[in-house]
Amino acid sequence: MEKDIYQRPATGQHPLNLSPAYKSTVARSPKQPAIMLPQSLSEITGPSLGAERLNALENDLTRQRIGEPLGERIVVHGRVLDENGKPVPKAMVEIWQCNAAGRYHHPGDQHDAPLDPNFTGGGRVRTDDEGKYEFITIKPGAYPWKNHHNAWRPAHIHFSLFGPAFATRLITQMYFPGDPLLAYDPIYNSVPEGARTRLQASFDIETTRPEWALAYKFDVVLRGRNATPME
Amino acid sequence: MSHALTPSQTIGPFYWGTLVNTYRADLAPPGVAGERIELVLSLFDAEGALIPDGLLEIWQANSHGRYNHPDDRRNLPLDAGFEGFGRASTDTNGEARFATVKPGRVPWPAGGMQAAHVNINVFARGVLNRLATRLYFEGDPGLAEDPVLKLVDAARRRTLIAKRDGAGIWRLPIHIGGAHETVFFDI
Ligand SMILES: [Fe+3]
Repeated sequence: MEKDIYQRPATGQHPLNLSPAYKSTVARSPKQPAIMLPQSLSEITGPSLGAERLNALENDLTRQRIGEPLGERIVVHGRVLDENGKPVPKAMVEIWQCNAAGRYHHPGDQHDAPLDPNFTGGGRVRTDDEGKYEFITIKPGAYPWKNHHNAWRPAHIHFSLFGPAFATRLITQMYFPGDPLLAYDPIYNSVPEGARTRLQASFDIETTRPEWALAYKFDVVLRGRNATPME
Repeated sequence: MSHALTPSQTIGPFYWGTLVNTYRADLAPPGVAGERIELVLSLFDAEGALIPDGLLEIWQANSHGRYNHPDDRRNLPLDAGFEGFGRASTDTNGEARFATVKPGRVPWPAGGMQAAHVNINVFARGVLNRLATRLYFEGDPGLAEDPVLKLVDAARRRTLIAKRDGAGIWRLPIHIGGAHETVFFDI
């Protein structure tokens, strides 16, 4: 077999598809093991999701409507790196989240909490040459879901990244440090124990903007190229 | 320096509109070379229920078999206006549609050519890791020698092969589980 271009995740990094405490996985997880596919051009290439797709201010979720959204304004920033510690430059980072009251601007969300006309909860930005990104948003609220009795999602922001290739595609969620709901959340806890704290942002006093907003740092690590790639 | 991989999580049911609205399910504007096709992908759970809150992505080579990416360094034409990427959510019928062109064949690292195919990502509430699969075209020359299909149990290959339905329309049901479970790949 040809040498892999992108490292394959060791076990214990990602959740199992079947994680029965998260009930929706029962009917939505394959029973057959995935077939190991050598990486061809189809897997090592991927869309660039270039800058031409971005409008100005897409990374500031507090300035997308006429007025300012309600809630606690925050800065969410970090770097996109690969497993070798190399920055991933010019990578599209897409986020979506509920508002401060715990309600998504989405027709399917029936939670009895107010919508905020000034908050749609979606943002995009591309990383710079050092892999850095930054969003301005408001802190999302917790919200109930019907997975089990008294189920509440901890506050979280959904992240979508493609990285350099089809193989490096990742959708994940960022959580806030010290959230008491983390202990009870089957989605967060679907991640193996040694890996799940990687999904918690860290409070970042350095980046906090005095008189304006608290800051959280969240680095995202995508699959890296193997040390001796086939060139 | 080694950094620990960020774990995957579900897309959830409420992924924001920008994930679909700002990306085209129509990949091939006028002027792009190739045979015009429409892909109709439908998504089902293990009990056969359709999945109306899924997100599907496709990634493909152009009609000349060239990927629009710097790591495809072959001397084949790139089409202006054709990136090869599409994203669409499934509708109340569990279907997502993509208007595109039929991809050309691309090589296999160990030699030979792969049959024409489209690479697919499946996301949905209840799906904790991206599910990667492929779409091939029924009756396509090259299917018999495709090195990826050869890795798949003969009885399950049909889960990857779209059927023609009218002029240029190709349909492929994707079953996340159950008796017709689709073949997914560890890439
Ligand atoms: Fe959510």
